[in-house]
Amino acid sequence: MAKSKYDIKSYRGFGAMTLLCLVVLYAPLIVVTIYSFNASKSITVWEGLSLRWYVDVFSGPESAKFKLAAWNSFVIAIVASTISTAIATLAATAIVRGGKFRLRTVSVGLISLPLMVPEIVTAVATLIFFNYIGIERGLLTILLAHIAFCIPFAYLPIAARMQGIEDSYEQAAMDLYATKRQVFTRILLPLMAPGIISGYLLSFIVSLDDFIITNFVKGAGIETLPTAIFGAVKQGIKPNIMAISTMLLAVSVVMVTISYFVSKTDNTK
Amino acid sequence: MPEDQSIAIDVRDAVKRYGDFTALKKISLSILDNEFFTLLGPSGCGKTTLLRMIAGFEDVTEGEIYLFGDEIENLPPHQRPVNTVFQNYALFPHMTVLENVAFGLEMRGNSRAQARTRAGEMLELVQLSQFAARKPSQLSGGQQQRVALARALAPQPKVLLLDEPLSALDLKLRKSMQLELKYLQRETGITFIFVTHDQEEALTMSDRIAVMSEGELQQLGAPRDIYERPHNKFVADFIGETNLLEVSVDNIINGRAICHLGGGHELTCNEVDGIGVGSKVHMSVRPERLFISDDPTEGGCLKGRVQENIFAGTDITTIINLADGPNFTVRTSNSERGNKRIFEPGNEVFVNMEMGAARLLAD
Repeated sequence: MAKSKYDIKSYRGFGAMTLLCLVVLYAPLIVVTIYSFNASKSITVWEGLSLRWYVDVFSGPESAKFKLAAWNSFVIAIVASTISTAIATLAATAIVRGGKFRLRTVSVGLISLPLMVPEIVTAVATLIFFNYIGIERGLLTILLAHIAFCIPFAYLPIAARMQGIEDSYEQAAMDLYATKRQVFTRILLPLMAPGIISGYLLSFIVSLDDFIITNFVKGAGIETLPTAIFGAVKQGIKPNIMAISTMLLAVSVVMVTISYFVSKTDNTK
Repeated sequence: MPEDQSIAIDVRDAVKRYGDFTALKKISLSILDNEFFTLLGPSGCGKTTLLRMIAGFEDVTEGEIYLFGDEIENLPPHQRPVNTVFQNYALFPHMTVLENVAFGLEMRGNSRAQARTRAGEMLELVQLSQFAARKPSQLSGGQQQRVALARALAPQPKVLLLDEPLSALDLKLRKSMQLELKYLQRETGITFIFVTHDQEEALTMSDRIAVMSEGELQQLGAPRDIYERPHNKFVADFIGETNLLEVSVDNIINGRAICHLGGGHELTCNEVDGIGVGSKVHMSVRPERLFISDDPTEGGCLKGRVQENIFAGTDITTIINLADGPNFTVRTSNSERGNKRIFEPGNEVFVNMEMGAARLLAD
């Protein structure tokens, strides 16, 4: 391909700027990943390649604590993202396909506002709410909070996808003797699937690594992975934290990759 | 149209209002069984609204719609035995061509196998069998159009509704699809209701045409009828090309109306009911019904001067200025026969026409 002089690559400093951004974004992650394989007890001195800290995570003195926290985190993430995706799918159907109803703009605003509210405010408000209605803090409160704050994350990709689906498909299906229910299951749902999967994965990741809200609404002694890591770090950073972080990073990378390929695979081609 | 032909769709006093805006003002029309019927009009005339009311996508504000005697205007779309070919085809993008065509059959309660067999036959009918396993996005516009047609015909609807289905195709393909649609209508014997804004398309394909404008039915008739005997100014102007002139009726003698064109020019044409002496009305003369000569004794009654000749392949259009009067457009077919003369711009000529070529219009 011929290089145009208007090509952005020909701007002076393009390479340097790109490099700077990459370093700022990824250097810390790379350092943590590399040092998680360090044989040393120190987090700064390299003493050779080893898997000892990964072994330590699964069978070391703190392994029971981390395993339970990881279990909690994954169960909460799976349940919360499933429920919030279902709610978001219905909300998107109603808002995008409901025609022009009063309060439509308000509805869209209300459902996406939580994304812009400072998380600490949501956390405090949720905690006060639970106290007020008298639910004891524990796994259930974490789950409820996660369902609530995951809805906008699930909603956005689903609604975006839905806006791209012309309503003539639904009309054609109705014209071809499909009932409302059949139109939804046979036409709308398959066409929305990529949006729904993106929404699910996004809310899963958001739930998995939430710290602030979880820390407020969790009961004493109940930990998710982020709160457990935070708790451990308060007593000094040990290399096993780097191993856990690297594994969490791996999970995120896998999720993002799946999400990328789902958005690439167009079921209409 | 034969007497014994039953009525497929009967629209009675149908009104459609959107808030303060009235899209359809009391339309009544009967569409016969096994007829190729066209709703023709400019955009915004209400033709698509009427079609969507028959399909069930728009509520009927007032009035009734009957399908072979059954009142249907309150039924939801999926309970009406009519199918639609949509303007943008609306093929389900996540299904194969075969699944698309089988969809309506399955929804009607056929087994999957039955539906697919029948869908395969429909694809054969539109010559697309080899594309059965493809997705719609892999087909060309013309092929998608035929899939949409096969899908709508597969459940054997009582009436097929076509919403400007050819407007996205290029001219050549459109012409061949026009004929294909007409053959398909005859072959299947299903009533077709076709919506278009293209008058040529309507004339080519239809058994009968309903010309609509501003939510009102202007004229209903066979293509020839509408072209030769337009009821009003709108129809004369919209269908084909015409010389539309403002005239005043000077006298009526023995069914002939003598009309004044301005500038001292006079024309005689057939009397029309409701137009009396002294009324100012419009007159329509088709350009191809006029001829030019330089000999006033040929019956040439209008004297003028050639302004311009426009060559358009099959015919030549000549614009003639009448002294102190209106302009006339005359079309001469480009053939050697009849030894037609071409008059150069500036030549003095006489415009001539057969009796009955000029029509008075009750606006």
